[in-house]
Amino acid sequence: MATVKNTVRRPATAAWLSVLAALSFLSVALSVVLIFLYAPRDVDQGEVQRLFYLHLPAAWLAYLSFFIIFVSSILYLVRGHARWDRLARSAAELGFIFTTVVLLTGSIWGRPIWGTWWTWDARLTTTLILWFIYLGYFLLRAYVADPERGARYAAVLGIVGFVDIPIIHMSVRWWRTLHPQPIVVRSEGPAMPPEMLVTMIVTLVAFCILYVFLLAVKYRIETTRDEVMELRGTLEQYG
Amino acid sequence: MTTQVDRNDATQLGHDPVLTARALTKRYGWRTVLNRIDLTVHAGECLAILGPNGAGKTTLLRLLVGLVRPTSGSIEWFGRPAGDFGPAVRAQLGVVMHRIMLDPELTVAENLRYYARLYGVIDAAERIRALGEELGLTDRLSDRVRSLSRGFQQRAALARALLHRPRVLLLDEPDTGLDIASRIRLVDLVERFCADGGTVLMTTHAPELAIQLAQRAIYLERGRIVWSARGRDELDLHLRIQPRLVTV
Amino acid sequence: MSAWSQFIAIVKRDLLLEWRARELVLGMLVMTLLTLLIFNFAFDLSGVQRAASGSGALWVAIVFATLLGWGRAVVLDRQEGAWEGLLLSPVERPVIFIAKLVSMLVFVTIVELVALLVLAVLFALPVLQPGVLVVVGLGTLGLCTLGTLFAAMTANVRSREVLLPALLFPLAVPVVIGAVRATTLELNGFTGDAAPWKSLLGGFAALFFALGALTFGSVTEE
Repeated sequence: MATVKNTVRRPATAAWLSVLAALSFLSVALSVVLIFLYAPRDVDQGEVQRLFYLHLPAAWLAYLSFFIIFVSSILYLVRGHARWDRLARSAAELGFIFTTVVLLTGSIWGRPIWGTWWTWDARLTTTLILWFIYLGYFLLRAYVADPERGARYAAVLGIVGFVDIPIIHMSVRWWRTLHPQPIVVRSEGPAMPPEMLVTMIVTLVAFCILYVFLLAVKYRIETTRDEVMELRGTLEQYG
Repeated sequence: MTTQVDRNDATQLGHDPVLTARALTKRYGWRTVLNRIDLTVHAGECLAILGPNGAGKTTLLRLLVGLVRPTSGSIEWFGRPAGDFGPAVRAQLGVVMHRIMLDPELTVAENLRYYARLYGVIDAAERIRALGEELGLTDRLSDRVRSLSRGFQQRAALARALLHRPRVLLLDEPDTGLDIASRIRLVDLVERFCADGGTVLMTTHAPELAIQLAQRAIYLERGRIVWSARGRDELDLHLRIQPRLVTV
Repeated sequence: MSAWSQFIAIVKRDLLLEWRARELVLGMLVMTLLTLLIFNFAFDLSGVQRAASGSGALWVAIVFATLLGWGRAVVLDRQEGAWEGLLLSPVERPVIFIAKLVSMLVFVTIVELVALLVLAVLFALPVLQPGVLVVVGLGTLGLCTLGTLFAAMTANVRSREVLLPALLFPLAVPVVIGAVRATTLELNGFTGDAAPWKSLLGGFAALFFALGALTFGSVTEE
């Protein structure tokens, strides 16, 4: 890698960001309305089943975030431009939050149904391990003194972690299927009534829009943060 | 705001540049350790890098040998593409830093044989013997590095650095903590290396060493080249005017 | 200076150093035996269920021992800047990775052989059969490929003793699950059922060997 490009360019004021903000607000509002007023009450699971509308999109976004980290990490190691690291950092923060949401909603939703706060269901367990990998990702960045070095190490972790996720899932699933479960966990009913399906899809789309908005905002914050650091550095030199 | 002097006045020796560093910068977060260093070194030059503590001398050396990645800027060795620190480049560099880079639990000879294999030195045994003689280490070759004094350890480090007949010798404050005898050997060795056409980059606190060995010098302060001198007279002049160099 | 001779030189040096100091193997050995001992009091390693608890104890012991081993190895390697001396030499980074991996494998294997003997003799577990040995080999390989990469990464980082396990444990979950299950199955004689787990372990080791070798260069620069 010849030259490392770490210069920051001021992000343009984005009208599109305001549009995105409005769009996410509206779509999330719509999905809330649908979740509570349109979707029917589940016969077996009761009101608590509505948590599922949050649980599934959160899971999707948690894993999507890690995929974004994976791609950005490769690009950062290969190209070296700071923007890829910024994207990874932003996606990591959002991903961690959504992973926590998955675990919490999964637990709360499961409690009245399964009678326990936790079950070692394959998907939930993999998500728990993902949560720990995210945690390790932040610890690594926090403990490495030099930000550029931290970014590089985090990129390696991002790549190794993402490749490992499917293997983790596979091993946990085999582990569970070879051990008879006292409780059978079903995250989807045998056939979802169309109202539930519509609510599900709308919520998923709404959260995706929200995610893009949050990611964009977070990215801009990180860009500004890098810029401040550069300015401070210049000031330090000539002060 | 200080300006950099004497950037590319490099026609004197008439050889191709061995090293070209452009706008070399190293930042740790907001702290800038090296700020847009431009440096060109030609074959056979002996360059002294002077400056107070914390000026960035050691960091500069570590960047040049590829141990640390620069924040921005480029480094070209031997006309190869910028940023190439592959085996071809590393095989031609001999480096002596503050840490001796030898295993304390192994003997001098064992250490040298190990490095000989890493660098692919064909006549290892003969080379070790010859360097041992040159550096006065012959009696100590079978001693564990741990048991040697600082002076002898530094000599062993020099042997390690010269084992593979490098084109360029990079030394980071090689005279620190050395006894007189070792210092003399060091100076001898560097002089001979230069005389044989090798290139030397040496950071040092000691102006006498610079005057004795270097044909060129740059003075670093707070990550920037404040002045540079070519030739002993110019160097002498700068050092007499520069009071700060004396306070270490 | 072929990659092979450089590789041999590094491994020889690691083995020679360990022979002189004898710190790593002894430390890991003590850790392993103590873990097995404690496990015997915590769970019943001599009862009817001892295949399952025995393999669990074995693998927990191996994981903690490798963790300790990597922590020490990385410090020992960097005495007097010897590691930088290696980085400055014309050895390609993947070669360093493989050499460090092999050295550590030698040390861990010695420790594991003793542990297996202890399990065989003191707890009457039929561990010294090819099936179990294959599982132990594959599992150790998987652990050590990850260990080599992340130990080098965290070598000069604050709180390395906490950070290394924090990074390693989640990533090594498939190895732990697979190795324990496969060992238990082998001990109970169900070699056929252990086969998919063995493939998992083998695939894991191969995949992260490749990834480790590729990314090692990024991890060795400051």
